[in-house]
Amino acid sequence: MATKTYCEMISRSQPGPGDGGNTGSWRVKRPIIDYDKCIPAKTKKRACFTCWLLCPDCVVSKTIPPAINLDYCKGCGICAEECPAGAIEMVDEASQTGKEK
Amino acid sequence: MHIIESGNVAAATGVKLSRVQVIAAYPITPQTPLTEKLSEFVESEQLTAQYIPVESEHSAMAVCIAASTAGTRAFTATSANGLLYMNEQLHWAVGARLPIVTCVVNRGIGAPWTVWNDQQDSMAQRDVGWIQLYASDHQQIIDSVIKAFRLAQTVSIPVMVCYDGYLLSHTYMPFDLPEQSEVDAFLPPFVPKHFLDPENPGNFNTVTLPDVRPGVDGTMRPGYIEIRHNLHQDLRAALDSYAEIDREFEQRFGRGGSPFVEQYRCDDARFVAVAVGSLSYQLRDVIDTMREDGIAIGVMGVQMYRPFPDQAVASALAGKECVIVFEKALSYGNQGPLYSDIKSTLYRMDDRPIIHNYILGLGGREIKTQQLLDALTESCARPAAIEDTPRWIGLKLQEEHHG
Ligand code: SF4
Ligand code: SF4
Repeated sequence: MATKTYCEMISRSQPGPGDGGNTGSWRVKRPIIDYDKCIPAKTKKRACFTCWLLCPDCVVSKTIPPAINLDYCKGCGICAEECPAGAIEMVDEASQTGKEK
Repeated sequence: MHIIESGNVAAATGVKLSRVQVIAAYPITPQTPLTEKLSEFVESEQLTAQYIPVESEHSAMAVCIAASTAGTRAFTATSANGLLYMNEQLHWAVGARLPIVTCVVNRGIGAPWTVWNDQQDSMAQRDVGWIQLYASDHQQIIDSVIKAFRLAQTVSIPVMVCYDGYLLSHTYMPFDLPEQSEVDAFLPPFVPKHFLDPENPGNFNTVTLPDVRPGVDGTMRPGYIEIRHNLHQDLRAALDSYAEIDREFEQRFGRGGSPFVEQYRCDDARFVAVAVGSLSYQLRDVIDTMREDGIAIGVMGVQMYRPFPDQAVASALAGKECVIVFEKALSYGNQGPLYSDIKSTLYRMDDRPIIHNYILGLGGREIKTQQLLDALTESCARPAAIEDTPRWIGLKLQEEHHG
């Protein structure tokens, strides 16, 4: 009897951009960073980055100034809640649609 | 080398010889001394493994899932309500195709609370997708554990090795201890195809959509139904793989040859009694007595329950007049689970045997050999009609007492 080779099927995926689709489309509120208040933007120093650290979707860059990738930002508002400088405001997505991203 | 030890030590020794790397177990009721023995082996450095005591059976299986996903050989053991508490994780382990081996020391389940033997616990897990092997004596316990690890990693499906609580777990019997070098030659180390690898990160078993879809690399990824279909197909194929593994085991250790069902005096039998575990050996005494009285009867012990070895069962029972199924488990509101499965196997035969069902021994009620003799004598005297309502053995009903 020929020995069967099994090729078990499991759900395994590579992490990568957009494996779950463009989750940015889920957003009803959009975070907007006020660079006049944002600490690294103001001081030109690599400081704070609380939003980068806490964003559950890893869509905030650790750059000066920090930037949000709106293709995947789900608009959860955690960054705005946690920003120590009060630099992030959540605004209605509908008011932004059509405006340049 | 032959030793005289308990069934639990036979199981623990099989696990040790299989060079298991991670053991996770909930240490108290309904646990058995099997895991105590393993912790002794680890503590005394006779076995190089991580022993992780956990706060529940659910966590025990979760630890095994994690350990197996990290590419190690993992083991746990439980009984009764502990197995039920593990249930959600049992489904997970098989969906994730992890070659975990678990010993189930068969016991009744509450309510009302019981610690004694029946087989309701593992029988109630028949649809989760795990392979189920049943041992009838201590030798089969240790041999089945070793074969289970080999089978699990061959087919990437977890295996339960079940044996009767107390009747086998706590009794002492002589059995042969396989040589470590022989076990090593039979059971190569576990080399996982997919595992948690920091060099090659991956997501395992995340939300899987109803339909197929392309992954990030563009290749099509299966949906849920494809993954489950693949599991079913591989479980069916596992029958052939187990037959091969059993044959190789027999060549190396001189024991085996009946991976699915064990037949005793069945060749010329008109009647065949069927049971799972130690009860099938107890029935051999009854068969011998009835043979002396000229009744052509044999007994078939079922050694693998899932995947159901329908071809082996069919060829063992073809041409018989009456098949009498004894069960220490019940699909409540219907009939014994093994009875249903055997009946469905016989259905396709033109000249199918009549089939009877007896329920007995629940919650450790003693099964007297005389009772088995009476039941079989009666069944052989009325092999006329199929009886879908099971008869009960040893019930002591007192109408006036209902709590
Ligand atoms: S948390 Fe606020 S202050 Fe800190 S980097 Fe982000 S936006 Fe700037
Ligand atoms: S924390 Fe939430 S709202 Fe802020 S960037 Fe991340 S996903 Fe968007």
